[in-house]
Amino acid sequence: MFRNLFLAAVLAALCAGLVMSAIQHFRVTPLILYAETFEGEGHTHGQGHVHEDGTEHTHEITEGDGGAVVEEWTPQDGFERTAYTVLANLLAAAGFALVLGAVSMLASIPITFANGVLWGIAGFFVFSLAPAFGLAPELPGMPAGDLFARQVWWVGTALATGAAALLLVKTRAPWAILAAVILVVLPHVLGAPAVPDEPSTVPAHLATQFAAATLGTTAVFWIILGAVFGGLNDQFSRSLS
Amino acid sequence: MNTTTTTAQSGFQSLSLSQRIVAGCLALMLGLVLLAGTGFAGDYRLHNGAHDTRHAMGFPCH
Repeated sequence: MFRNLFLAAVLAALCAGLVMSAIQHFRVTPLILYAETFEGEGHTHGQGHVHEDGTEHTHEITEGDGGAVVEEWTPQDGFERTAYTVLANLLAAAGFALVLGAVSMLASIPITFANGVLWGIAGFFVFSLAPAFGLAPELPGMPAGDLFARQVWWVGTALATGAAALLLVKTRAPWAILAAVILVVLPHVLGAPAVPDEPSTVPAHLATQFAAATLGTTAVFWIILGAVFGGLNDQFSRSLS
Repeated sequence: MNTTTTTAQSGFQSLSLSQRIVAGCLALMLGLVLLAGTGFAGDYRLHNGAHDTRHAMGFPCH
């Protein structure tokens, strides 16, 4: 029975992750690649060069221990980069699916085909929309605050929003509704780490297009993840009985 | 109530509380490790390999 949870989570992640990878490939990644062409203007972040076989890519340059300049590994543009992105998408999708499955087990709320889309919508609000409301989806080259502070705010916002969703599913008592509203609003009242007031190298239209494209893509991802996860759970429990 | 919901719930409720806690904790740990690795880890190999995923999923990246 444990195996069923993991199998359903992994298969749902595979479906949702592959669909998301396809949409990303056409609608999101081109914007990232285009934004990277502006990155050199504002930052000395990487060093582009062309290989003898004509492939062009950028090595990230960082200072290693003792100030020595170290050339970082980074996947080559083209097939290698796409393959790593698809792999990372699938692993992240499996991570999100297992978290959904864990919440379902621990909170004793089954994920079924009938409520799977609701689980997906909850996942979208918790892990995509709420964090994006404070930290707009970010393109390479856009000015941003301290990375660790943003990661802490991201995790805190997801936890608070997720707790609110869980509370509302469990009880609609007035105190629970009040607590849920506070949990959802609090991270945004405290505020995400501020964006430094410096000009962005990325054109505004590219950034707005990116924000819409990523939120649209993740919405599709979450709805498929929830629905397929629920459908598989139904299948597995039917074959058990 | 439709039949699919009923069958899934009966399968779900056949688990004891302790079984659900064990399965839930295992799934949570594995899920968080995967998310930490793809979305948050500072190691440059993980960062550069998952770079486009981080941007596309809305994780803080740079």
